[in-house]
Amino acid sequence: MRGGRLLGSPVLWVGLLFAALLLRMDALRPLLERAFPRVEPVIYNRDSFLALFLSQLGLVATASFAASLVGISVAVFVTRPAGRDFRAMVEALATVGQTFPPAAVLAIAVPMVGFGARPTVIALFLYGLLPIIENAIAGLEGVPRGVREAAEGMGLSGWQRLYQVDLPLAAPVILAGIRVSVTIAIGTATIGSTVGALTLGTPIFDGLVANKLPFVLEGAVLVALFAILTDLLFASLERRLRLAAAD
Amino acid sequence: MIEIDKVTKSYGDRRVVDSLSLTVGAGELCVLLGSSGCGKSTTLRMINRLIPTDSGSIRIGGEDITLVPVEALRRRIGYAIQSIGLFPHWTVEDNIATVPRLLKWPEARVCDRVGELLELFRLDPATYRDKYPHQLSGGEQQRVGVARALAADPELLLMDEPFAAVDPITRDALQLELAHIHQTTGKTIVFVTHDIEEALRLATRIAIMDSGRIVQLGPPFEILEHPANDFVRDFVGHQGLGLKLLSVRRIADRLRRGETAEGEPLALDASLGEALSAMTTRHTDRLPVSDAEGRRIGVIALGDLVR
Repeated sequence: MRGGRLLGSPVLWVGLLFAALLLRMDALRPLLERAFPRVEPVIYNRDSFLALFLSQLGLVATASFAASLVGISVAVFVTRPAGRDFRAMVEALATVGQTFPPAAVLAIAVPMVGFGARPTVIALFLYGLLPIIENAIAGLEGVPRGVREAAEGMGLSGWQRLYQVDLPLAAPVILAGIRVSVTIAIGTATIGSTVGALTLGTPIFDGLVANKLPFVLEGAVLVALFAILTDLLFASLERRLRLAAAD
Repeated sequence: MIEIDKVTKSYGDRRVVDSLSLTVGAGELCVLLGSSGCGKSTTLRMINRLIPTDSGSIRIGGEDITLVPVEALRRRIGYAIQSIGLFPHWTVEDNIATVPRLLKWPEARVCDRVGELLELFRLDPATYRDKYPHQLSGGEQQRVGVARALAADPELLLMDEPFAAVDPITRDALQLELAHIHQTTGKTIVFVTHDIEEALRLATRIAIMDSGRIVQLGPPFEILEHPANDFVRDFVGHQGLGLKLLSVRRIADRLRRGETAEGEPLALDASLGEALSAMTTRHTDRLPVSDAEGRRIGVIALGDLVR
């Protein structure tokens, strides 16, 4: 039963396909050479795809971790009595942040922090905040009134209510926000290659500059699989959380 | 036990509770009765400081509630509400154990106490301990809610329309259980409801409230027999007043000791209403009465009901 479920799970198949392309893109050389006879070489070779992936993973993980930490903290703050007055302002700020195109954030960040990974992480962080803050607020506000009143009436302290009641009950909604944020960050991170960050977007931009379509394809397919795989992993985590909360 | 002294609460210009004073003795089941917006819930929630008072004072066991740390105060007071508010991500056991664990009881004692309470509410501990709230019926959830309120053996229990959301049959059963628990544990209970029948059934004293004040305070039969004014008379209702009176008077007060009659005996603490009902269905005007030990000690006759 368990094995059967694993075999039927898209996570496994997408994961295998992603890993195979990441490690053995070489195997596609004959195919690509036949499809693009005038391009030489047909496989991107300035960096290994694995190194590009790990670098992008690091950027996304750093930015999303920071965005989750800050986003959830902010949401917790504005849903407590002390921070209620700041809620409208925080939501407005996060929304404005989202309207900046990531390329513009990069353009502003580069003069301040230089080329490379740092401006990319900053752009991803700012861009990833909104879905996390919005979902975390919705999740915390969604805790049933009666549950909150009972918790308060029984004498749980503010922290106890937060850790034992509010956060566990809001967790599935908060996680859904993180999922959206991370998926966006994976796609957006590729633009970081224009300011010198190493990502799976690097072959895409190199390919565009050098007019080598296979590079673009290789990068794009890998980024897409990376994003889909991550989304699937979050989906199964979310399902597990909801089951744990409901059962 | 509780002394509420000239307590006032306003929201903006509206006085929700208006210089209200009320003393509830130990072991009483005092019902705050009134229509919605009369200030009964607000009064209740000021006792465990969910709502701060504007002026006046509340003492529990002689101690001013504002001088006790708020969490410590609440852990000493059981609290049950209409929406129950069970924690959906915790098992029945964890829910009931909330306050004992806050009070850092040893785990073995917590476990024993949970079993004891489940049995008190006729929920088999082996079956119910590990269930989650969504696996329970409405009545079972409310039983767990009240069990949770009683878990740390609080000196005082506050109940805010706890049975308003369950179906009438379950409500009947829950009211009987609460009356039983009140009798056996002798807890002081303050109970808020808008349901006159519920109040008559449970209360040792009823405080009828209107516009943030108590309009009449007294035992159920007194409210029925001598309504203080037209408001109380309207609230209690003219219709079926006689039947309501029968339902709050006990057979014990009208018993003919020493006489005997045929048939299944009634309990001494049954209401006159139950006696009338039994006489009607059995087509008789005299029924035997037995005491708590089951000894036949006398008779109740139809004429006694209207004396």
